[in-house]
Amino acid sequence: MSETSRTRTIRTDYLARVEGEGGMYVKLDGRRVDEVKLRLYEPPRFFEAFLRGRSFTEVPDITARICGICPVAYQMSSARAMEDACGVRIDDGPIRDLRRLIYCGEWIESHSLHVYMLHAPDFLGYPGAIEMARDHREIVEQGLRMKQAGNALMTVIGGREVHPINVRVGGFYRAPTRAGLRALIDPLERARETALATVRWTSTLVFPDVEIEPEHVALADPDGYPIDRGRIVSDRGLDIEPSAFADHIVEEHVEHSTALHARLRERGSYLTGPLARYSLASAALRPLAREAAREAGLGSSCRNPFRSIVVRAVELVQAADEALALIDAYQPPDPPAIEVHPRRSVGHGATEAPRGMLYHRYEIDEDGTILDARIVPPTSQNQRAIEEDLRGVVERSLDLSDEDLTQRCEQAIRNHDPCISCSTHFLDLTVDRE
Amino acid sequence: MEAPAKRTLAVWKFASCDGCQLSVLDLEDELLTLADHLEIAYFLEASSAVLDGPYDVSLVEGSITTAHDAERIRAVRANSRALITIGACATAGGIQALRNFGDVEEFTRIVYASPDYISTLATSTPISAHVAVDFELNGCPINKRQLLEVISAHLNRRRPRVRAHSVCVECKRRGTVCVMVAHGTPCLGPVTHAGCGAICPAFNRGCYGCYGPKETPNTVSLDTWSGTGEHDLVRVYRTFNAGAGAFKQASEGHERD
Repeated sequence: MSETSRTRTIRTDYLARVEGEGGMYVKLDGRRVDEVKLRLYEPPRFFEAFLRGRSFTEVPDITARICGICPVAYQMSSARAMEDACGVRIDDGPIRDLRRLIYCGEWIESHSLHVYMLHAPDFLGYPGAIEMARDHREIVEQGLRMKQAGNALMTVIGGREVHPINVRVGGFYRAPTRAGLRALIDPLERARETALATVRWTSTLVFPDVEIEPEHVALADPDGYPIDRGRIVSDRGLDIEPSAFADHIVEEHVEHSTALHARLRERGSYLTGPLARYSLASAALRPLAREAAREAGLGSSCRNPFRSIVVRAVELVQAADEALALIDAYQPPDPPAIEVHPRRSVGHGATEAPRGMLYHRYEIDEDGTILDARIVPPTSQNQRAIEEDLRGVVERSLDLSDEDLTQRCEQAIRNHDPCISCSTHFLDLTVDRE
Repeated sequence: MEAPAKRTLAVWKFASCDGCQLSVLDLEDELLTLADHLEIAYFLEASSAVLDGPYDVSLVEGSITTAHDAERIRAVRANSRALITIGACATAGGIQALRNFGDVEEFTRIVYASPDYISTLATSTPISAHVAVDFELNGCPINKRQLLEVISAHLNRRRPRVRAHSVCVECKRRGTVCVMVAHGTPCLGPVTHAGCGAICPAFNRGCYGCYGPKETPNTVSLDTWSGTGEHDLVRVYRTFNAGAGAFKQASEGHERD
């Protein structure tokens, strides 16, 4: 701590237990918070630039490599955008069901990772899950088993858990057999039980009593809880087709970040992800998940980022329960993909990655060559809201020691499960006290 | 009597998608056992606890794309007894090495409104272009079973059993009918390094080369009869291992033709 008169700086150069590289920087002048920055310094990888000149059929494989934790989200948003460009809609039927099923696998894998390995250690006071396992081995093991069930679903449908190979524009290369999927019923039933236990357990954790303000933005699917499609809606009246994304949301380039910051043209910062999804669509949860949320004391909406661990657990119940229902009703799509023919056009696709809405837009030529690509991941949409949240956290915690304040700030960031690798165009916590 | 000190493992990240280090956490059945046998001394994605080096084994994910990272990898090397690269980014430069064939300033202008804020190198290069590497594990992503084998081999001071033959051999062992012979589907299997388990042909698609070139690949022969046009062949070799020697030469050859 540098205590030259009234200045105080708190920084973390390399945030732990987040995906990708970032840090934070907070500068205080006495009791006034001067500056709060979430620094995302993941080196730029230029996906949107090198996608130009590639074929429209290549986007599911290439954009999956933006993020190893949520590759299916990239595959689904990009495939949808290309199908939209080519005048094809897959909004119901067995291909769509299979897409939702593999997406459920990714939600289970990603949320289990965050709840048990990245977030829970903050509440129990450990540096990580492996250290936590020395005292709470059963808790960590049950989280790992649930994660494994999600990965098994990704592997049976997609061929492997990281960067699945079976997703294509138009559907899948090969439909899994009924027997292949039925083998997953047992582990998924156990995962559903674990998810219910996780809701009960996380609801007993101690949460600071805070609420944050930003507008909640999520997809709205008339058929249920949003995963793979929908209009983009908010709790303050936004209700648009994904094709109108750029009319309402702008991305800005700020100096401390290799991610672009998104904001709503009319109203500024907004939040996407589990809190927003839950708040906008809790009524659409499956009965089992809705009941678990009610028993855990969640209202119809949630604005406390610390409680996002409970919301993720509720979404784990939702994903496991939905996966079981989809497997029960499964009929292999035949053929596994519908033909998609390119035309000169622009297409848009938005789906709900575990961390929030993921939007893709492509312009293609008549032979399917990509002319322009735009990818807006959830974390670059949330970055501004996370910084505002962090400012509030610092203002409420000025009396903490630098060490405790740093810990509190890091937890506040992890509440949002930022995925920095993901931010194609995209942390370092420093607190400066003047 | 005091137990002997556990050997230490560090996991480092450079430009990448995080998928290969996630493979460590994806070892759901083995992770806690692994942690019983070795000290996970530096692994930021999993823990904020950091032990000082030197480390017995360093796993390195990602490629070098900034001047700062070029310095950082030298420090990692100096602090590691064995350095193992995991995945196509660390081993061949990754998909981000496509900039090596383009103009990085133009790339920056396409993505960022204020290119001046971005500091990046003109190339994405593998770790071996900067420091000595003890073992390279191919794959985009790596196979977690192979990762376990490599870690185990280093802990027991033996050579990892990681074969450098082609994906074709894996198809034969798995009993998959050749998609190229039976269906005329273009497939990079004959020139691609084994390790994935030949997943793509088992799902009725051709291999797309995500494990990089096998030992002594004959790309010229494959390309002569695959029936794919020159323009498409440039793209076929320019994906996740675009910077790997044999694939780089193949794409450059087709670009000239």
